[in-house]
Amino acid sequence: MLEMLQTVWSEIPEILQIVLKIVVIVVPIMLSVAYLTLAERKVIGYIQVRIGPNRVGPLGLLQPIADGLKLVLKEIIIPTNANRFLFLLGPIVALAPVLAAWAVIPFDSNLVLANIDAGLLYILAMTSLGVYGIIIAGWASNSKYAFLGALRSAAQVVSYEIAMGFALVGVLIAAGSLNLREIVLAQQGSVMHWFWLPLLPLFLVYFISGVAETNRAPFDVAEGESEIVAGFHVEYSGIAFALFFLAEYAAMILVSVLTSVMFLGGWLSPFEGVPFLADAFAWVPGIVWLLGKTAVFLFLFLWFRATFPRYRYDQIMRLGWKIFIPITIVWLLVVGAAVLAEIGPWFD
Amino acid sequence: MNAITNYFRSLLLWELFVGLKLTGRYFFATKITVQYPEEKTPQSFRFRGLHALRRYANGEERCIACKLCEAVCPALAITIDSAPRDDGTRRTTRYDIDLFKCIYCGFCEEACPVDAIVETRLFEYHFEGREGTVMTKDKLLAMGERYEKQIAADRTHDAPYR
Repeated sequence: MLEMLQTVWSEIPEILQIVLKIVVIVVPIMLSVAYLTLAERKVIGYIQVRIGPNRVGPLGLLQPIADGLKLVLKEIIIPTNANRFLFLLGPIVALAPVLAAWAVIPFDSNLVLANIDAGLLYILAMTSLGVYGIIIAGWASNSKYAFLGALRSAAQVVSYEIAMGFALVGVLIAAGSLNLREIVLAQQGSVMHWFWLPLLPLFLVYFISGVAETNRAPFDVAEGESEIVAGFHVEYSGIAFALFFLAEYAAMILVSVLTSVMFLGGWLSPFEGVPFLADAFAWVPGIVWLLGKTAVFLFLFLWFRATFPRYRYDQIMRLGWKIFIPITIVWLLVVGAAVLAEIGPWFD
Repeated sequence: MNAITNYFRSLLLWELFVGLKLTGRYFFATKITVQYPEEKTPQSFRFRGLHALRRYANGEERCIACKLCEAVCPALAITIDSAPRDDGTRRTTRYDIDLFKCIYCGFCEEACPVDAIVETRLFEYHFEGREGTVMTKDKLLAMGERYEKQIAADRTHDAPYR
């Protein structure tokens, strides 16, 4: 049976094989985005001592499908004097790079769509491209609120990109490779070998910058509803708005996965190096560990949103430029020195 | 020294962790949501909902068209016309309450010397058009007949406090 499948697989033209692989990655991402919205409403509800949506289907499990259906059926309104082409291009440009970045994520030691050597650079390039969607959408809407929201979020994303990039440089120095698979393999050993410990400040900076980069609370001035209504997507409706929504949540998942891969050992089991547990859990496929770690970070995203009030604009800029960037630079020096001195157990 | 501790507290995100701890505790707290159509919150016997006109046990309507409710109504929601009946007693020929004007203050109920106009506990009602937003005398009397048992029970309950 398995051999038959393999022969069938090898007879499919290569381009079709790649498309199939992409579908296998993108469909679960879309599903998890849908259910992340439900999880967000549930978690925030629970923290506010409510129970959240529970009317559509058992426990509200069909709620995301109802929401999606509603957005698909709604009319797309294009404002007068808006640039029609750019207005519709905006959401696409926002979503496409977030999905494209998944190509280099290693789900398991051999489970990766494109095992390229410059994976980390590719990730940096793709996550930076998302801001173009926001700028295009804000400008093309021909609305002052959208434009202000776009400016704010562009300034914010660009500022935090630097701290994020420096944090990734730390990972690069520690692992000695830009290939994400190599980076995970460099963390082999035990929980203590994962990069979160030697790169602790970079780990925190990276995750917080990730929250800022995805424009999530408490860094969501881009859509501060009290002053600029909804920010860059104020003029969008229907499926065009849904694309922005998808992009935001897909970016959240992406940042969580990247943090797990870069600092928490990706698909590596947390019981590695522990005498009995390592063998007891050896049968668990690596992707389960990766998804588990990702879920922890996603929960943190939601927890933050339910806890923190929005940062003031100047506070955001201060945190990004005056605190995160100096911390990352200092820690880069520390990591560089540690690698040169071959300090164990990480860099020997 | 204080400045230094403050610096480290903010650098180590101390306050933020305190906040996270608080919301984290509430995540596990017992939820207070009332699942409305299935569960309902307890109602007072003084609840002021949709209006009703009552009758005496012998079937005679209580309202004597004294128009005190009309006079006291702060929203001017009540309109009453009256005329002598064949047996010489004064009765209303028209008793309208405009539900769009009514603010459910219960003054009409307080003003009524014969306990004729009352407010029931019914609050789940709606209109599907512009008609039917005015409670006419027929509708009010029908309400009174339908909910008489509960209305009477609520009055007895409230009597010691009046």
